[in-house]
Amino acid sequence: MNAASPSRAGWALVLPLVAFIAIAFLAPIATMLLRSVHDPEITDLMPRTRQALARWDGIGVPQMAAEAVTADLQEASATNQIGRLAQRLNREQNGLRRLIDVTARELEQNPDTQLARIDPGWSDPDLWRILARVTSPWTGRHLLNALDVTVTADGALVRQEEVRRLYVDLFLRTAWVAALVTLICALLGYPYAYAMAASGPSLRTLLLFLVLLPFWTSLLVRATAWIVLLQRRGVINEGLLAMGLISETGRLDLIYNMTGTIIVMVHVLLPFFVLPLYSVMAGLPTSYVRASASLGAHPLRTFARVYLPLTYPGVAAGGLLVFILSLGYYVTPALVGGRTGQLISNQIAFHMQRSLNWGLAAALGTLLLLAVLLLALTLPRLAERGGLRA
Amino acid sequence: MVIACPKVSSAAVLCLLIASGPASAADALTIASFGGQYTASQSKSQYDPFTARTGVTIKSVDYNGGLAELTAQVRSGTVNWDIVDVELQDLDRGCADGLFEKVDPAQLPAGSDGVPAIKDFVAGSLHECGVGTVIWSNVLAFSDPAFPDAKPSRVEDFFDLERFPGRRGLPKRPHAILEWALMADGVTPSEVYRVLATPEGLDRAFAKLDTIKDHAVFWETGAQMIQLLADGEVALSAAYNGRVQSAISDDAKPLKIIWDRQIWNADYYAVVAGTQAKNTAFDFVRFATGTVPLAEQTKYIAYGPVRGSSQPLIAPVIAATLPTAPANFSNALAFDAAWWTTHGDAINERYAAWLVQ
Repeated sequence: MNAASPSRAGWALVLPLVAFIAIAFLAPIATMLLRSVHDPEITDLMPRTRQALARWDGIGVPQMAAEAVTADLQEASATNQIGRLAQRLNREQNGLRRLIDVTARELEQNPDTQLARIDPGWSDPDLWRILARVTSPWTGRHLLNALDVTVTADGALVRQEEVRRLYVDLFLRTAWVAALVTLICALLGYPYAYAMAASGPSLRTLLLFLVLLPFWTSLLVRATAWIVLLQRRGVINEGLLAMGLISETGRLDLIYNMTGTIIVMVHVLLPFFVLPLYSVMAGLPTSYVRASASLGAHPLRTFARVYLPLTYPGVAAGGLLVFILSLGYYVTPALVGGRTGQLISNQIAFHMQRSLNWGLAAALGTLLLLAVLLLALTLPRLAERGGLRA
Repeated sequence: MVIACPKVSSAAVLCLLIASGPASAADALTIASFGGQYTASQSKSQYDPFTARTGVTIKSVDYNGGLAELTAQVRSGTVNWDIVDVELQDLDRGCADGLFEKVDPAQLPAGSDGVPAIKDFVAGSLHECGVGTVIWSNVLAFSDPAFPDAKPSRVEDFFDLERFPGRRGLPKRPHAILEWALMADGVTPSEVYRVLATPEGLDRAFAKLDTIKDHAVFWETGAQMIQLLADGEVALSAAYNGRVQSAISDDAKPLKIIWDRQIWNADYYAVVAGTQAKNTAFDFVRFATGTVPLAEQTKYIAYGPVRGSSQPLIAPVIAATLPTAPANFSNALAFDAAWWTTHGDAINERYAAWLVQ
């Protein structure tokens, strides 16, 4: 065994962590990625239809498949799954719930009735094309839906109708909010980190304490505190009113909108910017700045040409951290974002918890993950090329 | 709980923790309901007396309506609710999906006046999968100080920003608010669901909602809704009548209810299919939907009992605050749960998109 490589016992020590990461982190992500393209729910509920339609050429009305549908619907009725099947199909094509309900009820009374006799909907070739598509367990439709694209009966891709279009805008909104929050954090955090690095030990401890304080407070408590401060009859509005700066009808809308989301997100994320930056600043030898000054440079010039470039790694690390955390923000927008301050994560939660459209939720999550990976891989490299590395 | 540790062990000590399983099924129940004042009313009038009588402890869980959480539990195989308080549209659908145990109405106790259960419960409040408890109502409510002069009194006023300026509280789900939008746009109550079923009618309702969208604040739970009204964050809001009444009578909040075209609905207790405590759960349902517990509940929240025999036990001062009081009920609309079961999916999706756009 090579002496430099860790011993077998050494590997055994990291095994628990590796196992933990695999189970608690990698497996769920893999499941999510899989779910975004693999959705066997309808396939499992209509196995015979799936088989019959897998071999179908897509022309006219397939007679064989009609018998398979009849058998599948009867089984679903017998096992109390008909409601679930109807709901699931209705999500793929609005109106299918009614068709499935009507058909299943009729089949319970008269098991031998032909489908086309029960409802003319069954004579429509488009319906069968839709069925052929949705009974396949592998699908790209969730990913397409997550980009506001939908598939027509004959397989063409079209943009979602306007009243249902929202995800592309939401992704853009989320990216914009993340960029804005990062910028504000940089403007507020840079001087603060500098003050920490430049001050004496006791003041530094106090400043560090103040920046860490939010970490020790629950996210919910902080959001509630902001509600108390920012709402229309909150501390800030009452204060401005008492000072005569605003009128009773001119109260500021600081919360339950985008403004609220940004204010609270900046507060929550500021430490993630300040701390990496401070650690870089604290490690800088003061001799560079002194050298620049002794060579006659104006303090501003010293800052711009010497100090600022030396702190770029801290700015890049803090900025990247804040930006990526912002992309996934969920609780804060849900509590203080109102209607206009919602981000993409809120839609993912909506489809996980309310609409139970887990395929779409997984597709949205997959796109978000891809965006984050892309940023995490390219931004540091871009920063390096742009001279952001000291 | 049994802890088994082998006495001799060479490399590692292996301890097995063997849980003795959920304590024998019958001495605890978990009931999911809507939280806040509503759960408090159930707790005081039904959970506590049941525990006192049988020794069965009741764990109360809050949820926010819909079948999503329950379906997720059933799908993932970890069902931990025994009883759910559900609205009719969820009861219908959950029943079709096999989420709930079937109920035998013959097993329900007669009213305290001797009327058999089947006649004592108002029409529609006995369901094959659930037993009705209260009639509650979607109403509009406003903050009294927000309107010092003329007070809003009609559904039309909710959409009239000129005469009644101020922010509007809207629910994050489309139930009732779409019906009101159409009625405010001139559709008569009897025509609402027929019009709403047409694409043009739906567009018309959303167009009406668009007129107040910029002034809207959205709430998810009944507790949030009361908070927004009480804090003056919104001037007028869609609301549940019982929560508003509690805020008025218990907390002296300056709120007012508009009964014009209230949209009433009912809640039911449903026993979750496959629960370990099925018998105890049905014992609870039979007890809680008895004449006296239902009448008691009105002391804590202004929702009307579904049993006729409970009516004489309610104090007149409380009876006047219930949705079913004649003065409040004159032009009430019945929430059409079956309609929402059929059309709900597409509308929910569109409403969610509308919210974000």
